[in-house]
Amino acid sequence: MRLLPFRRRTSKFQRSGISAVDLADEASAGLFARPGRMVLTVSGTVIGIAALVATLGLARTTGNRILGRFDELAATEIFITTQTAADGTTQEWLPWDAPERMQRLNGVVAAGSLTSVDTNGALISTSPISDPTSQTEFELPVQAASPGLFKAVRANLATGRFLDGGNSVRADRMAVLGSGAAIRLGITSVAQMPALRIGDDVYLIVGILDTVARQQDLMGAVIIPEGTARADYGVTSPELVVVETQIGAAALIAQQTPLALRPDNVAALKVASPPEPKRVKDAVVNDLNTLFLLLGGVSLLVGAIGIANVTLVSVIERTSEIGLRRAIGATRTHIAAQFLLESTAMGFIGGIVGASLGSIVVVVVAAVQGWTPVLDPMTPLLAPIGGAVIGLVSGTYPAMRATRMEPVMALRSGG
Amino acid sequence: MRDGSSAPVVSLSNVSRVYPTDPPVRALIDVDLSIESGDWLAIEGPSGSGKSTLLNVMGCLDRQTEGTYRFEGVDVADLNDRERAGLRSRRIGFIFQSFHLLRHRSVLENVMMAEVYRHQSRRGRSERAMAALDRVELTHRADFLPTRLSGGEQQRVAIARALLGSPGLLLSDEPTGNLDSTTSGRILDLLDGLHDEGLTIVMITHDSEVAKRARRRVHIRDGRLEEAS
Ligand SMILES: Nc1ncnc2c1ncn2[C@@H]1O[C@H](COP(=O)(O)OP(=O)(O)OP(=O)(O)O)[C@@H](O)[C@H]1O
Ligand SMILES: [Mg+2]
Repeated sequence: MRLLPFRRRTSKFQRSGISAVDLADEASAGLFARPGRMVLTVSGTVIGIAALVATLGLARTTGNRILGRFDELAATEIFITTQTAADGTTQEWLPWDAPERMQRLNGVVAAGSLTSVDTNGALISTSPISDPTSQTEFELPVQAASPGLFKAVRANLATGRFLDGGNSVRADRMAVLGSGAAIRLGITSVAQMPALRIGDDVYLIVGILDTVARQQDLMGAVIIPEGTARADYGVTSPELVVVETQIGAAALIAQQTPLALRPDNVAALKVASPPEPKRVKDAVVNDLNTLFLLLGGVSLLVGAIGIANVTLVSVIERTSEIGLRRAIGATRTHIAAQFLLESTAMGFIGGIVGASLGSIVVVVVAAVQGWTPVLDPMTPLLAPIGGAVIGLVSGTYPAMRATRMEPVMALRSGG
Repeated sequence: MRDGSSAPVVSLSNVSRVYPTDPPVRALIDVDLSIESGDWLAIEGPSGSGKSTLLNVMGCLDRQTEGTYRFEGVDVADLNDRERAGLRSRRIGFIFQSFHLLRHRSVLENVMMAEVYRHQSRRGRSERAMAALDRVELTHRADFLPTRLSGGEQQRVAIARALLGSPGLLLSDEPTGNLDSTTSGRILDLLDGLHDEGLTIVMITHDSEVAKRARRRVHIRDGRLEEAS
């Protein structure tokens, strides 16, 4: 080592330094020296983060719930009509066996066709005699339905039965009434086998609808079998095919539809399928949520002040420790790093515990309400990071105080 | 100075330390002191005479305001903060009157701490700490918390910590100040033994009975140093 004096001098004393493992070790020892105090200090951050996570999670969950119920119907329906020419006259056609063809596609739950029947202005009445004192004849729309339609529109019966395939094949003069039409015609029950007349033809009423999920027009209509409409009124083609699909299958089925129904001219049909299922990106924030977010923010602030306060107290309490560390080779930077790491770790732990508690709240509330709990996947990531940032910021001032302590002064305080 | 190994461990020339208070306190005045490797030096003086100030300058915890301090031949004024911290960590062992052990760490962990700021691998650290504890005959207390030890035992733990990594200089500020005379005797015996093994020791005391144990004695009065005959 007989080098130049300058070289020898700089290489003679190695600079001090601390490995990451040792720094982590010293910081955790500092934290866990007073576990009770650490728990209390962290609790503010825990409450704050938990409130934020729970509020955001619940907003998500309720938002998803509303959307989910709405979506479920819209996401599973396809309406097929023919393209309309520019002059308004329909030139294209749908095959009569369209429901059967659709039914063959994978993922179709139900399919049925619906066609409005032109009765040439014939009025509808329930009694054979016209009574001049009260109105007995009505102008009601008449719709022809294939047997599968009732399932495809999710119809429920108030009484009686639906029209079946046999009725259509035999062109039976039978009808099902929408609930609105039934009220207007004064029919509440099918037990007495009531009948109605369309013009001069008598139709047996076999059922009354209670609700339909799709095609609300049906509630005001008289529904007759498709075969009957073809025989009696010369209907030439179904007007509309309603398809119910399994969830998630609609888009694909809509794609396959033109080829399945009109392989000769795929451009003939207009297929209305649901838009891509979209999730509400920004959470529904109502007044209550705002309040909870505010509370969460305030408790985070209190938590941050708590960490700052306790770290400051701990810096002052540990003055002699700081002095000793400086004596055994710590620089100001090493001291600052340790205190910052301690406060950051407290914030981090607070973030983890808070996010867990908040998530549990969301899951429990959702379970009690029968909702599907929805949590942003970023939450378990962001909450601890947010907590750590809070800890880091809170520790800055105390750490600065610690670095300003002169080792001589710090050592003077009894150990 | 031809070579660091033959340079004195400590070489102070015309060192002064003035505290910039109002009025300024001249705690050290023109101190010249040379400590050779293997010396055992006692620095005696009444309260307020500047003993601790001198020790802090020698330990690179404080800087002189005038004069030159060379440690093992190196002018410490040329070192930056991290190098001075490295020098403290590797070359100097400190022993304090009030022990300065961390209450929540075991005896072994307290000794192991001496290596923390040397950016050194942890491999073998506890074995080295145990060896240091063995030198002060405290291996059987390794897992104790310092609060459960007697004052003399605590000071021996502090000595073990100071010995870890074989420092070139052991600086002790009133190491027996908090101990009764019997216990003090044991600590001084221990320092005697370390001196016999070749360690360079500087001890501050205001007690001439304690100072007698050293091989060389200097007096400090009002910041001025004078060698005893
Ligand atoms: N930080 C400081 N600022 C101002 N004056 C100081 C400071 N530290 C020490 N002094 C003064 O410097 C002088 C020497 O102090 P020092 O601590 O070195 O004495 P000492 O010999 O160690 O005394 P004791 O035996 O009581 O420990 C004293 O007058 C003291 O008041
Ligand atoms: Mg003193």
